[in-house]
Amino acid sequence: MNLTEPPVPNEPAIAPEPAEPRARVVAGADVAPASPRLASEEVLAVKDVTVRFGGREVLNGVTFTLRSGEVTGLIGPNGSGKTTLLRVILGLQATASGSVALAGGARDRRHPVIGYVPQKFLLDPDLPLRARDVVALGLDGHRIGVPLPSKQRERRVDEVLLAVGAESVARSRVGTLSGGEQQRVLIAHAIISRPKLLLLDEPLANLDIGSAHEVVSLLATVAREFDIAVFISAHEMNTLLPVMDRVVYIANGSAVSGTTDEVIRGEVLSALYGQHVDVVRLHGRVLVLPVTGVTAGGSTHDVNVLPEAN
Amino acid sequence: MGTFLAPVFEPGFFDSSAVNVALVVGAVVAMVSAPVGVFTVIRGQSFAGHAFSDVSTTGGSGAFLVGVNPIWGFVVMGLAATSAMEMIGVQRARSRDVATGIVLGGALGLSALFLYLDATSSSTTGASITVLFGSIFVIDHSTAVITALCALAVLATIVPIYRMLLLSSLDSDIAASRGVPVRLVGVCYLAATSLAVALSAITIGAILSTALLIGPAATALRLTRRPGAAIVTAGLVGIGATWLGILLAYDSFYWPPAGRGWPVSFFVVVLIFVFYLISGAHRPRRRPEPMTPGVPGGV
Repeated sequence: MNLTEPPVPNEPAIAPEPAEPRARVVAGADVAPASPRLASEEVLAVKDVTVRFGGREVLNGVTFTLRSGEVTGLIGPNGSGKTTLLRVILGLQATASGSVALAGGARDRRHPVIGYVPQKFLLDPDLPLRARDVVALGLDGHRIGVPLPSKQRERRVDEVLLAVGAESVARSRVGTLSGGEQQRVLIAHAIISRPKLLLLDEPLANLDIGSAHEVVSLLATVAREFDIAVFISAHEMNTLLPVMDRVVYIANGSAVSGTTDEVIRGEVLSALYGQHVDVVRLHGRVLVLPVTGVTAGGSTHDVNVLPEAN
Repeated sequence: MGTFLAPVFEPGFFDSSAVNVALVVGAVVAMVSAPVGVFTVIRGQSFAGHAFSDVSTTGGSGAFLVGVNPIWGFVVMGLAATSAMEMIGVQRARSRDVATGIVLGGALGLSALFLYLDATSSSTTGASITVLFGSIFVIDHSTAVITALCALAVLATIVPIYRMLLLSSLDSDIAASRGVPVRLVGVCYLAATSLAVALSAITIGAILSTALLIGPAATALRLTRRPGAAIVTAGLVGIGATWLGILLAYDSFYWPPAGRGWPVSFFVVVLIFVFYLISGAHRPRRRPEPMTPGVPGGV
């Protein structure tokens, strides 16, 4: 009946917004968005999620929300729990406590809420799937039976391949494509079913810097045009900085979230890491420097990677 | 046409009911092996496929020992091995190989005992040969019926899970997040594989049945870019090799040593191998770039 009512208030399925001043900063206060967007809607609410592997806490009280049309970075050093967090959201990893609430309610096979691009995805060149076959599997790969020829299906595949700029490789075997092209095809695979949330696990890890920038701007476009909440994990945030609306910074299993300016600050990250951390802004790049982690020969390109503090 | 092709088809080829049954059963088995084989190669589970052929040897020789149709031995042992591998753990690639290896080892041990007992206790020494190298020219009516039913069972298993199997072969986490019961799909695939291997064991023998499963599929994957086309091509390659093998075996009756035909399985396996080599001359159009390593375990 009241379909036009804003979904955020009075919605018990979604965790109530924590009264956290950082997360409530008015959008557009400092960074002017390219165009006024539709009212963005809360797509995912992760609240107090804790995960233990054999007694060891991998995630500890992680809380954040994701909104449609926004790009959020999941930033943290290797081994900080990024993949585990994504698997929790996907429903592949059980939690010890906490809740994960998806807009639209429970997971539905016919109308999937989440699209997913896993980590280090390099396919076998002998896999007998063309790029367009992989994309089509995103539409109906969970269904029973053998696919029947369908004009409508082919047209949707063509549209999505065009949207990600992979139309020229549609008929090539997916395993013979370059890393950047495979990422585009897998993004098409993930968004063809029109999910509300797109998760990508280290999509930039194996790409050269040029391809990485292309994939990042593609993801920003996808978020805006399809009104999807895009959540990208990365151990290096600088490639994402130009498009990132928000950041969830994770270290030692704990996380802080907010805009980049709110989170990537010395005192915030020092509290997160439990040791003194300097944040240096240099020519539009952000460098996160732990006091104990910098060695004489330490280059600046990987300073996001802090030593594991156990 | 009869006179024209006389040098190819030796007298009586099409009149022999044994040959006709062999041609039909051989075609059915090759067709059923195609989809299973293509998925076996895609999933990098050739080792599991091979283990089933060893398990079939155990089943067939055991069946001979207790005096029942060997096909029951092939089928029952195959399904038992499926359960055993599932229980030990076929989910992750590494424990999958361990599970396969353990089941394979146990099966071979039993085979050694059964084949020994077959050879020493039965008056005929044909049991071992029949089990190991097939009996496509002596398929009786009931075996043909059981073969057809098993073939239907394989198709009835593979067709419903076709897309879910493709998606979980692409990436099991993606499949699981889309609600695909990845584990159940994997078990169904294994059960279908064990049945397909049991059928191959009837035609070209337990020990060689992997060849009919893997060979045509590997050949087809070199020639095609799409799973459907690969399955059809694998089926055609399998049927071609089986029929040509039957023809050559029939003709070989007149080859030296005269009066004793060469085994069908030899010809089928050699033909599959030749087809595979020829297919290597044609590679699908490939872009020059990839430095990308293949997925581990890919064949």
